[in-house]
Amino acid sequence: MTPRLLAGPEFELGAERLASHLERLGPLPDRAATADLIGTLETSGLLGRGGAGFPVGKKWRSVAERAGGGGAVVLVNGAEGEPLSHKDRALMSLRPHLVLDGAELAAAAVGADEIVLYVGAAHAGAQRALGRAVAERAATSRPRSVRGSATGGASSNARLRPIRQVPIRLVQPPHRYVSGEESAAVHFVNAGDARPVTTPPRPYERGIGARPTVVQNVESLAYAALIARFGDDWFRSVGRHGSRGTALITANAPSEKAVVLEVELGATVGDVAAMVEPAIRQDDVQAVLLGGYFGGWLPAHRAWAFPLDPGALKEQGLSFGAGVIGFLSAQACPVRTTARIATYMAAQSAAQCGPCVYGLRSIADAATRIARLTPLGDDLANLERWAGQVRNRGACRHPDGAVGLLTHALETFGPEFYQHQRGRCSHSAQVAPVTRTGRVA
Amino acid sequence: MNSQLLWFATRGAGTVSLILATIVVCLGILTVLRWQTADWPRFLTAELHRNLALLSIVFLAIHIVTAVVDPFANMGFLSAIVPFVSPYRPLWIGIGVISIDLGLAVVVTSLLRAQIGEQAWRVVHWAAYGAWPLAVLHSIGAGSDAGAIWMLGVDVVCIGAVVLAVIWRLAAAHRNRDELAGVADGTLLPPPPRAGPGRAAFRDR
Amino acid sequence: MARRAHALRVDRIRCDGYGMCAELLPEMIDLDDWGYPIFRSNAIVPDRLVEHARRAVDVCPVLALRLESVIASAPPALAGHGAGHRRG
Repeated sequence: MTPRLLAGPEFELGAERLASHLERLGPLPDRAATADLIGTLETSGLLGRGGAGFPVGKKWRSVAERAGGGGAVVLVNGAEGEPLSHKDRALMSLRPHLVLDGAELAAAAVGADEIVLYVGAAHAGAQRALGRAVAERAATSRPRSVRGSATGGASSNARLRPIRQVPIRLVQPPHRYVSGEESAAVHFVNAGDARPVTTPPRPYERGIGARPTVVQNVESLAYAALIARFGDDWFRSVGRHGSRGTALITANAPSEKAVVLEVELGATVGDVAAMVEPAIRQDDVQAVLLGGYFGGWLPAHRAWAFPLDPGALKEQGLSFGAGVIGFLSAQACPVRTTARIATYMAAQSAAQCGPCVYGLRSIADAATRIARLTPLGDDLANLERWAGQVRNRGACRHPDGAVGLLTHALETFGPEFYQHQRGRCSHSAQVAPVTRTGRVA
Repeated sequence: MNSQLLWFATRGAGTVSLILATIVVCLGILTVLRWQTADWPRFLTAELHRNLALLSIVFLAIHIVTAVVDPFANMGFLSAIVPFVSPYRPLWIGIGVISIDLGLAVVVTSLLRAQIGEQAWRVVHWAAYGAWPLAVLHSIGAGSDAGAIWMLGVDVVCIGAVVLAVIWRLAAAHRNRDELAGVADGTLLPPPPRAGPGRAAFRDR
Repeated sequence: MARRAHALRVDRIRCDGYGMCAELLPEMIDLDDWGYPIFRSNAIVPDRLVEHARRAVDVCPVLALRLESVIASAPPALAGHGAGHRRG
């Protein structure tokens, strides 16, 4: 597959400069081409890449309607709190101008007069690259104009907004799992507190400064920037097994490494395993984690031929999420791995809602006891009960993700959990690491 | 109206109001501590707290009106509103006036709680910890019964009850704060929950 | 047939596990293992329980519970009837 987001200069050269970016891709499209950008995004079928998978065009349309021509805000979500995901920081570090193009297009399309770059405090390389890219663009002397609000119908289509004059600022939320949640992002910009708040109202209604706000993942914006240039047909021109489009994924091999790859939607897990260097063999893997810590497990024999398509995953009760794939080594103990993840998720709670604070902690404690072969009598039964109790009872989806993963683990690794509850483990002591260093393939 | 009768009414209503206010403060503390028994549910503590607060206001009103109207005391309406202008024991009456003001602020904001919002309500409610001790001081300094054995007994019991309740509250908050200290920054997992009174409240962080 | 009804809503961040709502409205609210409210199947309040629901909303020390006006598309679920044994 020809790279799209990852096309361009060698990665060792670092962030792509503005000159190279413009030479390779041409300028941002002119007024006429972007006038119906929202419609184009809708037909392209581009889904959000932050985890929720919400259609990008639909989100921009909702905000544009509420903004009525002006006053909206674009928040570029580069928080990437999911530890197994490296794609966002890779994209920001290597192709910052794609991300900024997407942000400017979003601002023009929804009628925004401010762009906020929301980059996790731990992603220093990404911050540097974006900061320099913003400075490069400010230094060029070509102000361009793009029509504001691109919805059909009642909008101020007489108003032109110089695209370069939308002020951009960079904020650095703390590096925590929930910092990337959309209401947490807005809350941080409004009040310096990166914890989710009770919704409704959601950011697209009332967000930063009480204005309609688009909170969009950096990868989604980068794809929007390419679709604006090359069209929805171009985006849908590749794909396998009936899927259309491409996406970035982070493949976490059984070793320490994480690799960022761009794949066609519909490629199978086995295809991805073959793309990693060295290739991952199905015999070495017992199960595959799809969707990161918000996702679920499939046994290797079922996963290998499974297509990475949002629709197919949803039918299985899984989700594409932020495009994270984890390969669990055949020697690793899945119960101990689950316990480590559950402990991490409990510690990453924003600690605002009782069921999340106490529920995830109780689950983590019980899972750890089971993993260590020292369970209390009703630990395993309690895990299942608590998974049901905690679901849907927080202000955000963090507890849902955590118990979703637990539920999948209990299904996929039922026999191993049963053995552990009776004091036996058939795996060696190796445990899959919770966080990893990463690179781009 | 016989002045003697009015004076009895003032003293009686004032004492009843003080006792009720003491119970109200204790019930407020018990509410936050989530105290309950098999026969005493938590909502009972909360509802009694509110109802007795309103009842104590009624007795407070009787206390004030009978004092103001009493020709012998010669206090006048203004003494009940403006502190320290009373011709009779101005300092102690003045302390009582401040206590009324704080108490009324607590009650009015509580009645309008849904309208003014949680934060504003909470800030004013702390004034209750000012209103109650001032009421006790007022009763000791301004009351003509202050030296009587029965009144001293009432004062000791009231002060003792609130002091014990406050100590219990501080101990629970201290324990809760330690337990929840690491939660927000993720360095320490929260403890498994303890059932029963004194269970951690997030606001203690 | 559409009718005006009331739905129970809880602000999960404000909720601090006092549990008084479950004491006053056990037909609709349970407590989980940690003292936090779980709504049984349906959040729509049957007419016969509306006064109890209002009392539960009033008693909450942190104003986490709310009654929201909604349009219900069907008569309220009979969830309260069979399971409506008052807890001690």
